[in-house]
Amino acid sequence: MAETKTYREALREAMVMEMDRDENVVLMGEDIGVYGGTHLITDGLIDQYGPRRIIDTPISELGFTGAAVGMAMEGMRPVVEMMTWNFSFLATDQIIQSAAKVRYFSGGQVRVPMVIRGPNGGGVQLSAQHTHSLENLYGHFPGLKVVSPVTPNDVKGLMLTAIRDDNCVIFLEAGALYGTKGEVKEGDNAIPFGKARIAREGSDVTLVAYGRQVNLCLRVADTLEEEDSVSAEVIDLRSIRPFDEDTIVESVEKTHRAVAVQEQWRWFGVASEVAAIIQDRAFDYLDAPVERVSGAEVPAPYARNLELAAFPSEEQVANAARRVLYMEEK
Amino acid sequence: MSAENGYPENGESQARNEGAVATDTDRLVNLYHEMVLIRAFEEACGRGFRQGKIGGYLHVYTGQEAVATGFLQAFKEGDKVITAYRDHAHALLLGADPKNIMSELYGKGTGIVKGKGGSMHLFDVERGLMGGYGIVGGHIPIGVGLAYAQRYHETDNITQLYLGDGAISTGAFHEATNLSGLWGKDGMNPCLFIVENNQYGMGTSVERTTAMTDLAAKFDAYGIENEKVDGMDLEAVIECAERVAEQVRESGKPYAVEALTYRTAPHGAADFFEKYRTKEEVEEWRQRDPIGLLEKKLLEQGPLDEEQLDEIKNEAKERINEAVKFAEESEQPPIEELYTDVYAGADEYLGEE
Repeated sequence: MAETKTYREALREAMVMEMDRDENVVLMGEDIGVYGGTHLITDGLIDQYGPRRIIDTPISELGFTGAAVGMAMEGMRPVVEMMTWNFSFLATDQIIQSAAKVRYFSGGQVRVPMVIRGPNGGGVQLSAQHTHSLENLYGHFPGLKVVSPVTPNDVKGLMLTAIRDDNCVIFLEAGALYGTKGEVKEGDNAIPFGKARIAREGSDVTLVAYGRQVNLCLRVADTLEEEDSVSAEVIDLRSIRPFDEDTIVESVEKTHRAVAVQEQWRWFGVASEVAAIIQDRAFDYLDAPVERVSGAEVPAPYARNLELAAFPSEEQVANAARRVLYMEEK
Repeated sequence: MSAENGYPENGESQARNEGAVATDTDRLVNLYHEMVLIRAFEEACGRGFRQGKIGGYLHVYTGQEAVATGFLQAFKEGDKVITAYRDHAHALLLGADPKNIMSELYGKGTGIVKGKGGSMHLFDVERGLMGGYGIVGGHIPIGVGLAYAQRYHETDNITQLYLGDGAISTGAFHEATNLSGLWGKDGMNPCLFIVENNQYGMGTSVERTTAMTDLAAKFDAYGIENEKVDGMDLEAVIECAERVAEQVRESGKPYAVEALTYRTAPHGAADFFEKYRTKEEVEEWRQRDPIGLLEKKLLEQGPLDEEQLDEIKNEAKERINEAVKFAEESEQPPIEELYTDVYAGADEYLGEE
């Protein structure tokens, strides 16, 4: 059974399900309670669960993220909201130095079952300090798990898995898509980490993306089909760490060509990792070098036209696909 | 002793409690054993470090023994202790075997965290030690979270959160104490902050880090009651610890104590301490060495004579020598340990289920 829901509703549903199932699950963050949440994900929950489980915090990302690490070490399962991931830089000492490592440097004596969630990425004219895609940053650190769901069904299923996981999960939501709708499976649809999703099957070229760039790739696949009679396969990574190499490799063995798309900057990004994995494991299958399409190497600008130019466009991705197919660009 | 050194002038003690408490003699003798053991342990660490057998950083507790020894007298089963990297004493006092601690420092598989953390990251979760942490201030929010969880789970346990004077200037301190005071209003933060003010953050004195040097009073800003105690006087520390720990346990509200103490050893094994403090100053504080003060008391009160004191010291040295021998003879961690404990769950290395 499935029902049409928004990304926001699906996300909230997962948190409510886990709060009902496990008393150790609490939510905390800025304005998530009385105010209802900046993005209304948690609206009304304080009335249902009370202030000990829906914890309104002062503006102190470092402080409350660190406190969540302590709560998690002591058996609770805090789900921390970053009002936006841009504020997480203030908490990186706690995320990277404690949440990610304390299990290791305690010789396995503690575990840190916590989730840090919030909107990630750009697209709504928030300019430089409020626009980042942090998959590669957090994906870099052993000890963290990093996921980036794009569909309402996945945001629910991955959140269920995240809350149940015994490690610190970095949950990067597609902030521009909270209002988008999709089919969401009823009940427990927990989705395992480390499994990519084939968002569209195809045979001529593989487009690899995650987050809202998956939707862009799907539109490009339509264009390629209509205008160029090209069948593009679209892979939604969903999980950045652990990383599903097999699905990418199997796809490239079939299509022999790949384009990796990311909103973040080109250098040291997830797309580079995708390209490296393909050359490592599918070199003999490749008929063209792997292309990367990334954000412009600038801080995110405000003006709409500049912002659009700073992120991958359908045109750029379609032309990258045409190049790896040795077709003429349009 | 000058006020500039942070220790109050004679007769004008800022500490509210003078240490004249009913502490029975047997207890003091037992605690003398503990303090002497800590000192012997730290001296052995210094030797191991100079011999190149201990790597990384080494921060010893020499001169500060009365603080943790006294406060942990208020420890009850289920309580938690969290501290920064000067953590050997806390582990020893909670009952961890010196052999496993020394092994950790020697980087051996028999170490208390399997050779994965070293001197700065001692953990003994079963005994309540939730870790030593290496980033100044970074553990303070974690301790506040531990205390929240203790109340969330409806226990009457508390968290003893140790921090140094240097940590007071970090953002982590101010954010975490603000949260602690706030949550304490609802009885949700039984956190006992113990500021081990040893007068210096590495080579920078308290006066050179803040215009407002009353570190206990910093907690006023966050609605946390506080006081100072003479951290060199074991009995004063015990009196304070037992009283305020009970209050924290009862109320679920945080409390802060600034223990005035002094690190008579260098900051780390490799510092040149005469660049930032004078020989005279160190000598002055040595006159108030907590072990020396306790010896004086024990001799005056008569339960022990010089010979017995020496005997206790020799026993401690013997026990630590055994720990060193154990550490030296232990095997390095098996290489497979490199890839364990990264993640909790089925795949400890990749985190996949």
